[in-house]
Amino acid sequence: MATPAEARPGAALRATTLDNGLKILIQEEHTAPLASVWCWYKVGSKDERPGLTGVSHWCEHMNFKGTANIPRDQVKGIIEKFGGSWNGYTWIDQTTYLETATRDALDRMLFIESERMASCLYHPDDCESERTVIISELQGGENDPDQLLDQELTATSFKAHPYRHPTIGWLPDLQTMTRDDLYGYYRRYYVPNNATLVIVGDIVADDALRQAERYFGPIQPGPEPERPRTIEPEQSGERRLTIEKEGTTAYLKVGYHAPAATDPQFFPLLILDAVLTGAKGLNLWSSFRVAPPQRSARLYRALVERRLGSSVSGALMPTEQPFLYTVSVTAADGASQASVESVLLEELDKVRTGGITEAELAKAKAQLRARLVFDSDSVTNIAHQLGYYETIASVDLFAGAPARIAAVTLDQVAAAARSTLTPANRTVGWFIPLPVSR
Amino acid sequence: MSSTPHTSDVLLTASRGAALNPSRTVLDNGAVLLTKATHTTPAVTVSLSMRAGSAADPEGLAGTTWLLSRVIDRGTATRTAADIAEELDSRGITLSIGVTRHLFTLVCTCLADDFEPVLALLGDILQSPSLPEDEIDTRKREVVTAIRQDDDNPAVRASETLMALLYPGGHPYGRRTKGSIDIVERLTRDDLVRQHAARFAPSELTAVVVGDVEAGRATEVAARVLGGWTKPAPPPLRLPPAARATARSRVVIPMMNKAQADVAYGFVSITRRDPAYYAFWLMNNAFGQYAIGGRLGDSIRERQGMAYYVSSALDANVIEGPLAIRAGVSPANVDRAVASIDEEIERLVRDGLTPQELDESRRYLIGSIPRALETNAAIANFLQSGEFFGLGLDYDVRLPELLNAVTLDDANAAARRVLDPARATFVVAGPYAGTQ
Repeated sequence: MATPAEARPGAALRATTLDNGLKILIQEEHTAPLASVWCWYKVGSKDERPGLTGVSHWCEHMNFKGTANIPRDQVKGIIEKFGGSWNGYTWIDQTTYLETATRDALDRMLFIESERMASCLYHPDDCESERTVIISELQGGENDPDQLLDQELTATSFKAHPYRHPTIGWLPDLQTMTRDDLYGYYRRYYVPNNATLVIVGDIVADDALRQAERYFGPIQPGPEPERPRTIEPEQSGERRLTIEKEGTTAYLKVGYHAPAATDPQFFPLLILDAVLTGAKGLNLWSSFRVAPPQRSARLYRALVERRLGSSVSGALMPTEQPFLYTVSVTAADGASQASVESVLLEELDKVRTGGITEAELAKAKAQLRARLVFDSDSVTNIAHQLGYYETIASVDLFAGAPARIAAVTLDQVAAAARSTLTPANRTVGWFIPLPVSR
Repeated sequence: MSSTPHTSDVLLTASRGAALNPSRTVLDNGAVLLTKATHTTPAVTVSLSMRAGSAADPEGLAGTTWLLSRVIDRGTATRTAADIAEELDSRGITLSIGVTRHLFTLVCTCLADDFEPVLALLGDILQSPSLPEDEIDTRKREVVTAIRQDDDNPAVRASETLMALLYPGGHPYGRRTKGSIDIVERLTRDDLVRQHAARFAPSELTAVVVGDVEAGRATEVAARVLGGWTKPAPPPLRLPPAARATARSRVVIPMMNKAQADVAYGFVSITRRDPAYYAFWLMNNAFGQYAIGGRLGDSIRERQGMAYYVSSALDANVIEGPLAIRAGVSPANVDRAVASIDEEIERLVRDGLTPQELDESRRYLIGSIPRALETNAAIANFLQSGEFFGLGLDYDVRLPELLNAVTLDDANAAARRVLDPARATFVVAGPYAGTQ
């Protein structure tokens, strides 16, 4: 089955599904002698049941520790021989693995990913050793008050939906999870019919497809993984939380339940976020590494220019199911916390009732247009985008993003603001620093 | 143990893309222009670097350059802060202004269609900042907040304290780039104006343009924007030499409100011009970078499961820069982690790298060149660094040969020259009060 699509102008995307259900997306990019391979799984922290929070991320770690045909001590070195880098990440909807290296490494990259899908070992000693590594990762995150607040805000915003727990998991679960829990989870979700393989780079698509078929074709499909059925009930009133902890700086976050990536309101809300805090683009892998253009954005002018905040940011991520639109403020030294919050909420209320202007709409579209170009500057970034969207929705959503952004109207933005930014739909979280006793 | 120089023509042929072959022009006023056309995306990266980093902060006024970097783009002789904000935001551009010890860099990526007005804007910001008083007051509050955030960050506290210990007595490498709160609050507009007047001049400027614009046109536009700037060259920056530690020292910064401890462990190493630089680079890669943290990662993360991150970084610079090992560990594992770092250093100094380790790191570093030069921003950064250290326009082509020329003896001699647990300086910041 082949469904050609245009992921970006001038670039032909080849889409195939093998008999075992594995989706394969291939795009030739001949701008550098490189290739990037990503293997995506539709499993993330939302698929975890209570008691096993963090299992998706822990599995990701275990899947770098040797397979039936790649001895533990030979995992590193395979891609490095080609000057390559490799990595992986886990989030609420997805787990993914990547290698980017010179094009002659393509065969090895596909071999590694096929091994990762079918033959990881989960040696008990490795599971135990990784337990402390992951707890160390969790503790490193807790060192950051902003990250701690984000975790608590999300947990407070969701009462029922599994998006509520952090991807890294809750500490007691990480302390008690067993090797069998991990391996069982791995076997359930790491099947070709739950995965998308993406290949982008200086390759010949036909050859790459043949190689992929050779490595992945023999892998047997598994039962269709069960999906969480919980729908978060509508929030019926503002929720608040305060973390009081030793620290030096106050942080404020306001989270609103927001539409999923496929919802017609998603792109209008993306425009709204650009007007409020500057356009971030649509690439989880690269967009947030550079601050958005935001000096003329509403919340920057209202908070940073008035010395209430030292920074402000907005986050609307494309997700499979409705997640959050979050606005974060780092309170400026000496600013009154009450003023920071009241000004932020006033601005959000103003846009909820008054919408945005024609000039703001035009600027937001120009920003997003530029960001989409900047996001496609490497084979790694292009491959990420193809796999990300196919995993949370469909690659067509990404291919169609420029047109959808261009088509957004003032009325649509106003409607998205009206339905999303209501007081009853929000959770307000503060990190209040207590004096440090050292 | 010895080995002959390794040559790997097959590898070089396989991994190389086309040579960068950038175009270089020196304007009459001394400014250097480097341009490179690429056509991956319809975008251009512009990078303007002044040799005016934080090492040039006046005595007793550490943080001057950092504050200048926060204010320089908030108004010029002909543009208000709002004008600049509008020019950037309407094009989707984020202007990043970075300060290192030696460089003050304005860099942004724009659509190719916007290249000319954007370069004109950046040139104006660099040459004629108005430094308005109210903007200085606003940005001071932001810098103070950032310093307070750093004060609450164990990783930053450990790294900054390590630098202060390796480069003591107010040495420019040992000072905090952002300065301290009391200094920042004291800084005046006159301080910033003086700093700009003293250090910003065309002789100190390297302008790099990489992207979807032909080299000739990029050079012509850059020459038009920057060629009219006339100002005498500032005197060269004189830095005190750095001395290697003669004894082991440890500082503990208890931060009991934190969950994880950060360790920064280091030595004064070498200058970038040192002939042994490539041996140090390879040695450091094998020791603390290759795959996930080299030998250090193998021991501390993979075998002992003690840390989420551990690695070492070599910052060979104008003077002898640091080689710093950093790790994030549970408080209960701090002593074991430090002991493991000591052991790995002792083993490296005593037994050296294996030929296989050196070969793996060499293949990796050579093979990674196309990846490191894939994006416009990465190429611009590479060209800026090459110009600053005088590496030559063909550095990307010569780099494999330079790495291939390093022998096992060279790499092991590099380890012996600098690494020694008995002379290590290290800092632990976090929920750790010290060994009982």
